[in-house]
Amino acid sequence: MRPHGEGGAVVGLLTEKHGRHAGYVHGAQSTKKRGLLEAGTLVAVDWKSRVSDQLGSMTLEQESGLPHGVLDDPLKLGALLSACSLCDAALPEREGHAGLFHGFKTMMEMMDGEIWMAAYIFWEISLLKELGFGLDLTKCAAGGDVTQLAYVSPKSGRAVSLHAAGPYKERLLELPAFLKPGGGAYESEEIYKGLRMTGHFLEHWVFAHHTKGVPEARLRFEARYEKSLSDTTKAASGL
Amino acid sequence: MFDGPLETLVRQLAALPGLGSRSAKRIALHLLSAKGTKLDALMRALTEAAREIVTCNTCGNLDSSDPCRVCQDKSRDKSILCVVGGIADLWAVERTNSFKGQYHVLGGVLSALDGVGPDQLTIDQLLTRLRAGGIREVILALSATVDGQTTAHYLMDHMQGMDIHVTRLAHGVPVGGALEFLDDGTIATAMKSRASL
Repeated sequence: MRPHGEGGAVVGLLTEKHGRHAGYVHGAQSTKKRGLLEAGTLVAVDWKSRVSDQLGSMTLEQESGLPHGVLDDPLKLGALLSACSLCDAALPEREGHAGLFHGFKTMMEMMDGEIWMAAYIFWEISLLKELGFGLDLTKCAAGGDVTQLAYVSPKSGRAVSLHAAGPYKERLLELPAFLKPGGGAYESEEIYKGLRMTGHFLEHWVFAHHTKGVPEARLRFEARYEKSLSDTTKAASGL
Repeated sequence: MFDGPLETLVRQLAALPGLGSRSAKRIALHLLSAKGTKLDALMRALTEAAREIVTCNTCGNLDSSDPCRVCQDKSRDKSILCVVGGIADLWAVERTNSFKGQYHVLGGVLSALDGVGPDQLTIDQLLTRLRAGGIREVILALSATVDGQTTAHYLMDHMQGMDIHVTRLAHGVPVGGALEFLDDGTIATAMKSRASL
């Protein structure tokens, strides 16, 4: 949201049919409308413009607010801000990405449950795919093995089996268990492997030529997750 | 239509928060129509504010003295610190007359989407103040927004390990608020934070 004029603002939204879309919202800075424009709020939008190329103006109506408990949970807040910043920085304007929109919506709905972090990783993988950087995690890039996949090539984004990784495994990214063809547990360590994996591709593929690099919110989210994981490990080992 | 000093005046007024060119023109005409009274008084007030008002080096409040009157007030409890986003928030808390401790003004809140990072706020000064000792409770009086709560969690992370009791303002039903008009999130939060009677 960018304040503009007397009380209004230029607002950026992730829409179902038109991707990232901006528009002017009258009175956006008012106390009545400010709540509508919080990141993560689902709104019904009516966009009007004389010419389709223009910014146009939007009227918004709230469909649902932030899921319960998001404001109290630093990890959920971090994930929300990370996803919003990624959309803001990586998606081209007015290019439809219905899958991403629905993925985002599902991720927000899942924040009440236990496996929302896995939903976040899946959403980042779909973001990479929508931007033309799809990962192939179905079979080994060197030999086609589907049973013992354990790594991902940082260059090609394709899965690598335990056997094929051999002496190169130090240079490969770890593949989280829940992303393997047979699926696996959504454990915290696996989630962190997933975050590191998508983080690598966001940095080296999507944001490689962006002047600002990976959004700060994404970096902060990964760092926070790492810290919470290490705190949990320390607490479990009684340190 | 107009140029010179009048154009400059309108442009300066339009640059103020919440004002556009239409309101700026209206204000400029209003001031100029009462030059002797309103314009002169405003000029004097602006000059005096620019000369006298300083930022308090302790808490970040604005006042005519440094430390500000709140920091100098000996009757206030120096062991409780209320952290607010902006000076307007400090004024809002002071208006309630319900808090008699010290303040710390952050100068904003962290905002990933607007590019406001920890370096742009007075977080380092706050941590230095806490490390100096003497504070037993920190109240995080930050907005119940995504940015406000992100800032609160960031501060809580950095205060870990300090022997300080950290609290935040309650979230829930506002005084005079009718349940049927409240949003789902507010009611759910209020339900979670319900108090025994």
